[in-house]
Amino acid sequence: MRMSGKRIKVNYLARVEGEGALQIKTRGQQVTEVKLRIFEPPRFFEAFLRGRMFSEAPDITARICGICPVAYQMSACHAMEDALGARVEGPLRELRRLLYCGEWIESHALHVYMLHAPDFLGYEDAIQMAREHGEIVQRGLRLKKTGNEIMSLLGGREIHPINVRVGGFYKIPAQQEIAALVEKLKWAREAAIETVRWVAKLPIPEFERDYEFVALRHPNEYPFNEGRLVSNKGLDIAVREYDQHFSEQHLPYSNALHSVLNERGAYFVGPLARYNLNFDRLSPLARQAAEEAGLGPVCRNPFQSIIVRSVEILYACEEALRILEQFERPEKPAIEVAPRVGTGYGCTEAPRGILYHRYRLNGQGVILDAKIVPPTSQNLKTIEDDLWDFVPARIALPLDELQKQCEQAVRNYDPCISCATHFLKLRLEHE
Amino acid sequence: MTLNSSAAIVIGIGNSFRSDDGAGIWVARRLRDQLQDTVSVLEATGEAGALLEAWEGAAFVILVDAVRSGAAPGTIHRFDAPAERVHSISFPGSTHSLGVGEAIELARALNRLPPHLIIYGIEGGNFGPGVEMSLAVARSAAEVAERILSEARSWATKVPI
Repeated sequence: MRMSGKRIKVNYLARVEGEGALQIKTRGQQVTEVKLRIFEPPRFFEAFLRGRMFSEAPDITARICGICPVAYQMSACHAMEDALGARVEGPLRELRRLLYCGEWIESHALHVYMLHAPDFLGYEDAIQMAREHGEIVQRGLRLKKTGNEIMSLLGGREIHPINVRVGGFYKIPAQQEIAALVEKLKWAREAAIETVRWVAKLPIPEFERDYEFVALRHPNEYPFNEGRLVSNKGLDIAVREYDQHFSEQHLPYSNALHSVLNERGAYFVGPLARYNLNFDRLSPLARQAAEEAGLGPVCRNPFQSIIVRSVEILYACEEALRILEQFERPEKPAIEVAPRVGTGYGCTEAPRGILYHRYRLNGQGVILDAKIVPPTSQNLKTIEDDLWDFVPARIALPLDELQKQCEQAVRNYDPCISCATHFLKLRLEHE
Repeated sequence: MTLNSSAAIVIGIGNSFRSDDGAGIWVARRLRDQLQDTVSVLEATGEAGALLEAWEGAAFVILVDAVRSGAAPGTIHRFDAPAERVHSISFPGSTHSLGVGEAIELARALNRLPPHLIIYGIEGGNFGPGVEMSLAVARSAAEVAERILSEARSWATKVPI
């Protein structure tokens, strides 16, 4: 007997980054409801930051996400330096970029190999994949480890790095420690090329929508820390104009907020957005790898994000090598930063997309209020919109297959909840 | 970090901004000073790949993490991972079961399990945002710290480091 309606419900408990659930209701051939609920830690941290010193923000916000602490530290530092009229240049700026390379390599390798690839290959999870493709999984883990090694060298330790401060670092690694990473990064660069070739062969579902991609764009770099916020539909603003163009909507079914562009609604951040808006800023080798993998300069299929993410791993390995090989020891580990009254804005490219911070400080450097907009909440509406389009064409699939494909579609965005999603407890409810 | 083949390591897992979820981290911090010369102590979020890296080369590993299995908050669970498959261990609602359970099964699939792996689970009650553990969980965390201290020391005396 054909059911008149069905409900796809995906409940999960996330570890660090949040809790959430995905619920899709259908009636006949129609999708009637898509709700992606997540618990959003930044709301708690915004309150927690009030009354703290400006200098504490990098370490406190680093605790928001166990996978991308560097992004939180970088956005916090840039926002504080903006408020306090400081600018980090030269070798210190290069070291920040190196640290960010480490986080991209670590986070992207985790997602590509351990979370997303099993979807494409039809495995339940990375464990099952590891039993049949042990060498590939080992390569992914070693690649991820190389990223971790950059993070632990510059961050002081792998988890929750503690060496980053407003104005620079507490301690600069020794020359020989920097040199020791070079050979590892050379291996990682080769492994990244292999990664792009490997993911290019995965069966990619056909799916495209007319997205508005938003990313940083810098005059001559593929973006990590700095740039203007641009889109493929005409947005071109300074980071400090963010609040005039983006707003957050409360949703009755979630304590997360939906971010929208005031004029046009949903938008898309992350690797695909960066790639589409900055293809010309990639290294020649990364561009070549992308082209050999069948990507053009613009890619609108979110399922191809696994390829783009791999191209970004390659770029980050090359960029890390460039910085390591040209390393000049900064004279001091940090520049002086003095408190003053002001509001500062920071936006950097976390592995999952732009991460916006805004802080208002008093004359003693005490935080009066804080605003943090993580990339996942910026993608939430786009993820839901994808599912509205994605499900109807697949509605005849058996429910468990449809659920798997929906999860795979959500994972295109590497939402911070994704660490948990291979252990989803799926529960079906029919209306 | 490269460990010698007889090395022991204690890994505290959790998030100290999620109330009872901070129990594992609390235990690690408590043990760090007491074990500094004999056993490495690390903190981790519980993500699988990072755990495999953290225990690479170690002969004796103790993990401590908050769990949620339906037992009374503060209940202490202890498991011997190489001896049992993880799903039989069952940390059904652990805020980290994903990472920890996955790490153990992944390590098993890749032949990267340490020879001795003990897991302490401390049953949590409140995993909401916050920096304080509930009383029952805090008491159990202190007890687990004592038990790990004694297990790790007894390992260290058995094996020349």
